[in-house]
Amino acid sequence: MSDNPIRQKLEELKGLARHSRIDLSREIVELEKKLDASLTPENEAWRRVELARHPERPTTLDYAQAMFDDFVELHGDRTFSDDPALVGGIALLAGRPVTFVGHQKGKNMKDNLKRNFGMAHPEGYRKAVRLARQAEKFGRPVLTFIDTPGAFPGVAAEERGISQAIASTMKEFADLEVPVVVTVLGEGGSGGAIGIGVGDAILIMENAFYSVISPEGCASILLRDPSKARYSASLLKLTPECLLEFHVVDRIVREPAGGAHVDPAAAAASLKAAILAALEELDKKNPETLLAERHAKFLSLGVFSEQEPQRKSLLQRLRDYF
Amino acid sequence: MIEFGKQKGWIRYLTEHPVGRKRDERLFIDEKHSCPSCQRPIAAEEMEKTLYTCPHCTHHFRLTAWERIRSTADEGVFQEFAADMETMNPLGFPGYEEKLAAIRQKTGLKEAVVSGLCKVNGTDVVLAVMDFRFIGGSMGSVVGEKIMRAMLVGAEKRLPVIVFAASGGARMQEGILSLMQMAKTAVATQALEKRRCPYFVVLTDPTTAGVLASFAMLGDVILAEPGALMRFAGARVVAGTIREKVPDNFPLSAFHLDRGFLDAVVPRKDLKRILSFLIRTHPVAQGGRG
Repeated sequence: MSDNPIRQKLEELKGLARHSRIDLSREIVELEKKLDASLTPENEAWRRVELARHPERPTTLDYAQAMFDDFVELHGDRTFSDDPALVGGIALLAGRPVTFVGHQKGKNMKDNLKRNFGMAHPEGYRKAVRLARQAEKFGRPVLTFIDTPGAFPGVAAEERGISQAIASTMKEFADLEVPVVVTVLGEGGSGGAIGIGVGDAILIMENAFYSVISPEGCASILLRDPSKARYSASLLKLTPECLLEFHVVDRIVREPAGGAHVDPAAAAASLKAAILAALEELDKKNPETLLAERHAKFLSLGVFSEQEPQRKSLLQRLRDYF
Repeated sequence: MIEFGKQKGWIRYLTEHPVGRKRDERLFIDEKHSCPSCQRPIAAEEMEKTLYTCPHCTHHFRLTAWERIRSTADEGVFQEFAADMETMNPLGFPGYEEKLAAIRQKTGLKEAVVSGLCKVNGTDVVLAVMDFRFIGGSMGSVVGEKIMRAMLVGAEKRLPVIVFAASGGARMQEGILSLMQMAKTAVATQALEKRRCPYFVVLTDPTTAGVLASFAMLGDVILAEPGALMRFAGARVVAGTIREKVPDNFPLSAFHLDRGFLDAVVPRKDLKRILSFLIRTHPVAQGGRG
């Protein structure tokens, strides 16, 4: 399947060693060496892409079911319709009311047609803003879950202003006076992903990725060779470890061996602990500090060179304007 | 002209450029002698009189950043921000540095946006202009930073901010960092919001994808030029994801005006007058909140 065959064999061998008296340590060391050699950046990036898109990978509503004591889904943007590809609602997380919004992929073909493969329309983003503002009114933290190949690119989305919807969702989330915890669950696909990606703490699952364009899109547009998707996945530096280095994410959430689909309950427990830890930190901050730090976090993203050195720290200077 | 003290951090240094009535020969490269729309020949001097629109069918030619500044700013001085800011190939993307070097040579620009201070009908404004010739006007770290700073200078000095957008979207060679510029520029508009500074956007041909879905759609007033292509997803992306066939030149500004996403489509000859009117009707109270 998608996982590394050497890694699978290694897990098997380790399991065997635990349950039998045969000494397998030499074989295990050999395999570990072999595994290290197989983990080229190219293989590693592609492994994450495949796991992130695994058909059995837990979705937003799976995590909601597993992490929350209870939750109720709320529908509609109050203007046009309800978008089944971007769900949301109110939940109890360890006894505390929270609001959640997230992309929703389907489990099979029929379900995926209903969910539009997790590709949201403008009304999905407008629903997210509505629920987030409602959360702000009642002092609930907002959790967002990213898992989309991208926003829906068809004519219907253009007609209803997908660009405006994504832009204003980011702008509104920049101004929410409650903690916002963002988690990239699986596919973090382009504008559709960053649309609900503005928050105070950005988490990413171990086998998820976040990218400006799909590896396939990059291969066909920039490399002009659609067969080079694997190679372009490594060029795009889309793995959680690379994202951490660029300060695009704050924390990687560990998954069970083999990926979240192998043990969804364990993956959900791991994510729940990470979200609670993030909320505990954010709860200590007053709304003013929360917003100033959120602004500074996003305004400092980017790498460029300039001759003149900066004088005041970014956070100091931002306090002057917000 | 306002005295720009050094105490606030967003303007580190200014590079002065003259803005004159006579066009700068070195900057003008878009000289075409027949209209791509109606195919009729156009004399170069005629193009100049019509601000590079076809005198026969009013087709709007794409402008370079400096031509746009010349057609928008008053005669005098354009004080450019961060003129030497450069990208650093953060992903180590193969071929990117060579591409940048070639495009810098060809356009005389350091990046896909030129931003600075100038006057429009006698009022000080912050003006940022994108140039489609520079890797399709794509937004990487430098474009995002320059747009953000233009907004923060506007908030700091309490000046109107005008952005001319022209872009193919995110700069793929900068990967996730280019995607993050969407969030960065969208977050920056909140500074203008808080300080009650007007932010005007003019969408020019073409404005698409990551730029359209961030700061370009967040103006207090959003104008567009006639016939400007504006779309979220390119034809190749659409064909690759959902196998829907979309024409190359769809949708144009009239489509978005019709659907309610633009305030007005303004022919180029009226643009400066309309912008001046907007500036005049949005006086910024000096020394307000903040």
